[in-house]
Amino acid sequence: MTSAGLPLAPAAEPAVPGVDPAVGDEIGPLTVHVDRAQLVRYAGASGDFNPIHWNPRVATSVGLDDVIAHGMLTMALAGRLVTDWIGDPAAITDFEVRFTRPVVVPDPDGVDVEITGRVAEVAPGGSADGPGNAGTATARVDLTVTVDGRKVLGKARATVRLPGSARST
Amino acid sequence: MMDSSFVGRSFPPAEPYMVGVEKVREFADAIGERSPLCHDRTAARAAGHPDLVAPPTFAMAVVARAQEAVLFDPRLGLDFSRVVHGDQAFTHHRPICAGDELTAVVHIDAIREMAGNDIITLRTELTAHDDVPVCTAVSTLVSRGAA
Repeated sequence: MTSAGLPLAPAAEPAVPGVDPAVGDEIGPLTVHVDRAQLVRYAGASGDFNPIHWNPRVATSVGLDDVIAHGMLTMALAGRLVTDWIGDPAAITDFEVRFTRPVVVPDPDGVDVEITGRVAEVAPGGSADGPGNAGTATARVDLTVTVDGRKVLGKARATVRLPGSARST
Repeated sequence: MMDSSFVGRSFPPAEPYMVGVEKVREFADAIGERSPLCHDRTAARAAGHPDLVAPPTFAMAVVARAQEAVLFDPRLGLDFSRVVHGDQAFTHHRPICAGDELTAVVHIDAIREMAGNDIITLRTELTAHDDVPVCTAVSTLVSRGAA
């Protein structure tokens, strides 16, 4: 369920539960249109009311071209590619990004954020490859997030527990 | 310059963060997450969760509140107006669910200077009311030099 007014692109094709991802599998793309209304909505939902995310006067006064998206919103959208694919928002165990370029959100046009992923590693169950993952089959997805063809995140990767794997304790 | 003697310190938790059903739905809506596990309590319970599942980056809403008390401490000497978020990493030991009462302890893991910028690494450990580890969040914040 989403409220009216929130622009949403079609989700990435959900993975079939029990899917057997292989290294090199491509995921997406997921394109999400972000406008000022979504920044305001995210500010309220997250509690991050830094005015550089909604007030152009403040944004330009600190040297930005215009209002920019919350980095954590961009990270959240990247996470959606993964949770849509695996079909389970609880499946992500590890998720990290580097914020390398601000996402400027002009009014009223907004901006398209494009997200793609690639399965970079598949670890079979039984390997103790880290806290929370011991005995659980996992896959690591490397993410590419761009605006106007330019990367806005670096080192973006998520590790998911694969469907059918035992829950970690 | 930040006071590097803060490295290794941890900050005791304030009031626990109470994860609410409507907050999870609101956050999911704000990022366009439409999974039934984030919206439909019956579906979440049927999937084995105690209540709605929060999207993975929801943890930051909890973490940010705890970090603020540390970052605004004048003794640290951080110029918050110049701070940008450099890196963020989460390790989820289990999903955050509605009904969780989360306690956050913030640790200052590193303070360093690079190319005229102050860089601080904060690690926030979220635990549930039964002391079970829920999430480890590592944030690297960059305070841009005035030069």
